[in-house]
Amino acid sequence: MSGSAEQAAGGGMTEYIHHHLHNLQWHVGAGPFWVINIDTVGVTLVLVAIFLGVFIPAARRAHAGVPGRFQAFVEMVVIGVDELVRETFHGSSKLIAPLALTIFVLVFLMNFMDIIPVDLLPLLGREAGLPYLRVVPTADLNTTVGMALTVFVLIQYFGLKHKGPRLFFKEMFTAPLHAHGFAAVLLAPINFLLRLIEEVVRPGSLSLRLFGNMYAGELIFILIATMTLGAGLGHGMTYVMGPVQFFSGFVWTLFDLLVALLQAFIFMMLTVVYLSMAAEQH
Amino acid sequence: MNINLTLIIQALVLFAVALIMMKYAWPAFMAAIEERQKRIAEGLAAAESARAELRDADARVAEEIKAARQQAAEIIDRAQHQANLLLDKAREDAVAEMQRYKTAAETEIAAATARAREELSARVGELVVAGASKILQREVDAGTHRQMLDQLAAEI
Repeated sequence: MSGSAEQAAGGGMTEYIHHHLHNLQWHVGAGPFWVINIDTVGVTLVLVAIFLGVFIPAARRAHAGVPGRFQAFVEMVVIGVDELVRETFHGSSKLIAPLALTIFVLVFLMNFMDIIPVDLLPLLGREAGLPYLRVVPTADLNTTVGMALTVFVLIQYFGLKHKGPRLFFKEMFTAPLHAHGFAAVLLAPINFLLRLIEEVVRPGSLSLRLFGNMYAGELIFILIATMTLGAGLGHGMTYVMGPVQFFSGFVWTLFDLLVALLQAFIFMMLTVVYLSMAAEQH
Repeated sequence: MNINLTLIIQALVLFAVALIMMKYAWPAFMAAIEERQKRIAEGLAAAESARAELRDADARVAEEIKAARQQAAEIIDRAQHQANLLLDKAREDAVAEMQRYKTAAETEIAAATARAREELSARVGELVVAGASKILQREVDAGTHRQMLDQLAAEI
């Protein structure tokens, strides 16, 4: 940490923090939207490669005999997710269980990037000529909203597929408040409004919960890193803040590891719950 | 911290990875896991049935042992009975034999006694004559007193 801290010392703490929260961006077109956060996408793709590199060969090697340790570990994750999905989702879907597994493992891997020392990869990136590098994809709002968007689209697709178009559109106006005759016509716009709010709130809360947790986790790590920002061996405070930094970093790493696992689980669980709710009739 | 094109890319990445998992990983996992579950269930069932069979076999063995023991007891009983019979028969035979010998001996004794008595009675006359002669100092004619002598012998 101190290596990069010394280099960032020129601009002070604010610039150090700002630098850490800046994505490596590629402007592909005019306007603020046509930008790609290369670091977020790049790290995501690397994690995807790790994920597929572990799970696809494990799937090919899977056989009914006695599995090895590693194989058993992978299959334990698979079985855990599968059982969870079976308990929650009662319809039949080929997609939902692999989707849940993908979300769980991928989000956990993304969150886990937070555990890697906060200056390590940006420092290596600087050596490689990258001016900015944010390594936690889930601390980028684009990732969490993007995944929530996928989930949102799938919720609509599941609703259409399991209920049929007629019931799907009819429910927009007749649920959650039920009535007959004229009252039903009166309640229709209210129901539709409630439905709209529900559909916006779900992906919103899903994405913001994950983002908020991981962004906060990243920020705390950055703040812990600033404890010895610009510190020299000549300063007495260095010998006070150094141990404090080590201790707080240690504690926060443990806590953030828990958060990373928990948030990955919550994201997966809520996805499964939302999809099963979409597939079931009111 | 702006929303930008990254969002779309991340959404598509998640969807694509989920599809890849669905197509290439999940069926293989499920097939293997279900097959293994089946095998384990079969193994457990086989173990259970083997245990039941063992219990059956144990019960059968116990029954057989019981039957064998009973049979052995019967055989011993019969043998003892037979032995008793043989012993009784032998005893009876022995008693009969003894009786026979005894009878024979008694007969012989009786015969010998009769013979001795006859001999004695035959000699009594002579002795009497000899005695009487000595007493009378003269010869007694045996022919003359035959009748008297015979009567005497018969009395002895």
